[in-house]
Amino acid sequence: MNESLFTSFITPTMMGVPIVVLIIMFPSILLPSPSRLVDNRLVSIQQWLVRLTSKQMLSIHNHKGQTWALMLMSLILFIGSTNLLGLLPHSFTPTTQLSMNLGMAIPLWAGTVAIGLRYKTKTSLAHFLPQGTPFPLIPMLVIIETISLFIQPMALAVRLTANITAGHLLIHLIGGATLALMSISTITALITFTILVLLTILEFAVALIQAYVFTLLVSLYLHDNT
Amino acid sequence: MLIPVKEKKLMDVKLGELPSWILMRDFTPKGIAGAFQRGYYRYYNKYVNVKRGGVAGISMVLAAYVLFNYCRCYKELKHERLRKYH
Repeated sequence: MNESLFTSFITPTMMGVPIVVLIIMFPSILLPSPSRLVDNRLVSIQQWLVRLTSKQMLSIHNHKGQTWALMLMSLILFIGSTNLLGLLPHSFTPTTQLSMNLGMAIPLWAGTVAIGLRYKTKTSLAHFLPQGTPFPLIPMLVIIETISLFIQPMALAVRLTANITAGHLLIHLIGGATLALMSISTITALITFTILVLLTILEFAVALIQAYVFTLLVSLYLHDNT
Repeated sequence: MLIPVKEKKLMDVKLGELPSWILMRDFTPKGIAGAFQRGYYRYYNKYVNVKRGGVAGISMVLAAYVLFNYCRCYKELKHERLRKYH
């Protein structure tokens, strides 16, 4: 039994730092760009998925919000492909690093706030005070709403990081436990089954991307329209 | 007819001329980028960009990716081989 570093495979996989850039750019190889009217099967499948997702996602917005289509679609493709590639054995998932998720969350959130403040100043400032609050509660509520606004990017980043990291860690631990228990079987079958189920559920990491972009999208919607 | 070494294709180069052929390749960044681009399109057009492509095209890439990551972590994985005494 080897418990030397069961948590050494945590997330800060300390490879020679330059390689990280290559690993981040790797999913782009798997997403070729369409060039003809009828492409090969890989590109057709991806085109179909992108069209399906974009229709679903951009139906809420008005014309101004739909200018963000490219940004949102590339965001969901990037996070989706990166998370799915992280499920392969031994691979490194860049989205487990909080630095990267903060780098994605803060500029996008700030962009939505800036758009709201610039084009609809009164409406976006009015978001700080929900309708129908009793008069004495107003100062406290404004403070609470401000805090909840500034927590949005942090929540976006930390949510993604924590979910992916926790999933990977669980897989490592349960896999290690299964190996160790192999010599003492009958429990092995149960734990292996738990691994399988956990992995399937984890493959709804794609659902996490959905959550990410959706949350971003809701925020954009509220700031831009209404 | 005497073709200079510079312009021969790899299969036509004799074994003795191999070092000079390698050294005359274009190692500027543009040349290296061109080499990667040619390699990528060669693989893409052979396995993916075909009329009835299958899962093999993309799964070979994923298998190579797994191998690459395995080689990257080999140092830490060495300790986890199934042995009686570590």
